[in-house]
Amino acid sequence: MPAKIAVLAKQVIDPEMPMAAFQIDANAKRVVTPPNIPPVVNGFDENAVEAALQIKDSQEVSVTVISSGSSFALDVMKKPLSMGADELVLLQDDAFDNSVDSFQTAQLLASAIRKLGGFDLIICGRQASDWDNAQVPLGVAEMLGLSCVALGKKVELKDDRVVVERLIPDGYEIVEAALPALVTVSNELGQPRYPTLRGIMAATRKRPTIWSASDLEIDGGEMEPRLTLHDLFVPVSSAECEIIEGDDEADAGRKLALRLREEKFF
Amino acid sequence: MAEGNGVLIIGESAGDELSLASQEILAAGRKVADDLGQELAIAVFGDAVDTVAQTAIAQGADRVYAVTSPMLAEFQVELNLVAAETLCRETNPAIVLVARTNQGREVAPRLAFRLGVGLAQDCLEVTVDTSTGKLLANRPVYGGNAVAVISCNQTPQVAAVRPKVYVPLEPDATRQGEVVSFPVDLDESMVRSRVIEVVKEEAEGVKLEDASIVVSGGRGLGGPEPFSKLEELARLLGGAVGASRAAVDSGWVPASYQVGLTGKTITPDLYITIAISGASQHMAGCSGSKAIVAINKDVEANIFKEARYGVVGDWETVLASMTETVRELVQE
Repeated sequence: MPAKIAVLAKQVIDPEMPMAAFQIDANAKRVVTPPNIPPVVNGFDENAVEAALQIKDSQEVSVTVISSGSSFALDVMKKPLSMGADELVLLQDDAFDNSVDSFQTAQLLASAIRKLGGFDLIICGRQASDWDNAQVPLGVAEMLGLSCVALGKKVELKDDRVVVERLIPDGYEIVEAALPALVTVSNELGQPRYPTLRGIMAATRKRPTIWSASDLEIDGGEMEPRLTLHDLFVPVSSAECEIIEGDDEADAGRKLALRLREEKFF
Repeated sequence: MAEGNGVLIIGESAGDELSLASQEILAAGRKVADDLGQELAIAVFGDAVDTVAQTAIAQGADRVYAVTSPMLAEFQVELNLVAAETLCRETNPAIVLVARTNQGREVAPRLAFRLGVGLAQDCLEVTVDTSTGKLLANRPVYGGNAVAVISCNQTPQVAAVRPKVYVPLEPDATRQGEVVSFPVDLDESMVRSRVIEVVKEEAEGVKLEDASIVVSGGRGLGGPEPFSKLEELARLLGGAVGASRAAVDSGWVPASYQVGLTGKTITPDLYITIAISGASQHMAGCSGSKAIVAINKDVEANIFKEARYGVVGDWETVLASMTETVRELVQE
């Protein structure tokens, strides 16, 4: 039987949007969804899709993309399909808030993975660009009792194990883990491939599986919140920049060096 | 878990010493424990923990759990997790603090999930609401564009604290504390992953994390070649070279150069940015610098809002004359 791979992907507010569009609703303690800027698939999750497709390039595997959220832009979430993934499963319910509480999101995803019969390998982005929690994948691994390797830059599937080049502060290490396993990947994996025209056509025809809360059986019964959000605000920078000018740019560079010497930085 | 008492730090050793990140988090934990009027304990793992334990007590710990097993001689994440989980369940702390290092960024979430509790991730500050005993954590979200204040609902309250935010306490050799031996039963079947090979990719010379001066380059450099010019300035200043994520993603320098939210956190005395726009994602890794210098042609770039000194202009011209002047000054 071909190996089953899942990719966990999140829909996020476009992190490349102009800063002027970034606004917080202080009462609701939420970032306001910018009206005219479409959401995107979280960047690191696109790296995860790419990692899965690189495996698919050389061996027979199926790639299922799973996402949880309160609402989806379907054309956005279909991007992994147009890149080459086989199936899309959306866990969609007003109750799936998907922000503060990584524990609950991990519970939902773990429940869906169980319902789908489990996977040999689950690949995730290292963190989401909205809440930067870097927790959901590790939680899914813990809840499902999977091997777990974080921060991969290369992922290879070999028989009964996964081999990962894992980033460490001064380089990388090669880690082997037993299957079933979960691996998180980082942007160092390389640019995700572009959707092909054929892929886009195929994705248009594919219909995602959509499950709501009532379709999912949560391990341990209820979804109990683990965290409380007290406040959300934009930090203010207090730095005042001293712009160093000169007769020309070269002179400004010289004066900058002199100024730093004067302040005894070197 | 029931109410819980005391603050427990999951410590890390660096060789035979207590790691710098653990020393920092002892300072954070000492304040939290004092505010709660409770004890501060630290878990250290491995066999030779004597010097580590003495350092920990001198820098604020009331108690050191020497978590021992022949299998803990080297860090292995699953074994470390089983040991930490066992200790947490037996000692029932109110608060668990972990430094968000290379090890801690994996241990903290997995430990919290095993204990069935939430984790305050990547905290810049932890304080205590003494009326409720709640640990309030400030953490950057949305790439550092916003800050969230969160707390954990269950016990223990677990927080991963970003390194280089807290400063270690002055060691006080007269401080008293106890060392408690905590042997754990571990076996081979708990190991699910193995490191086969380690590949170092770091630049020669001063380490980026330790350098007191860092010269960093970004997307605006346009290619890999200009980094040799940055290296020249860094060498003259006895510093190291860093890069923005854009430069790493373009393949101009290895990932180990990256400064930022998903790269290294550095706190040099002087951080010189060349053609870096200063997106919050990048600033998250360098905002603890004592002074930031911006060289950028775009006066509107965010970096000028964060910098103490700036030059608006073409980086190549500015950097060349700056480097020449620095050369003359250091040769004097």
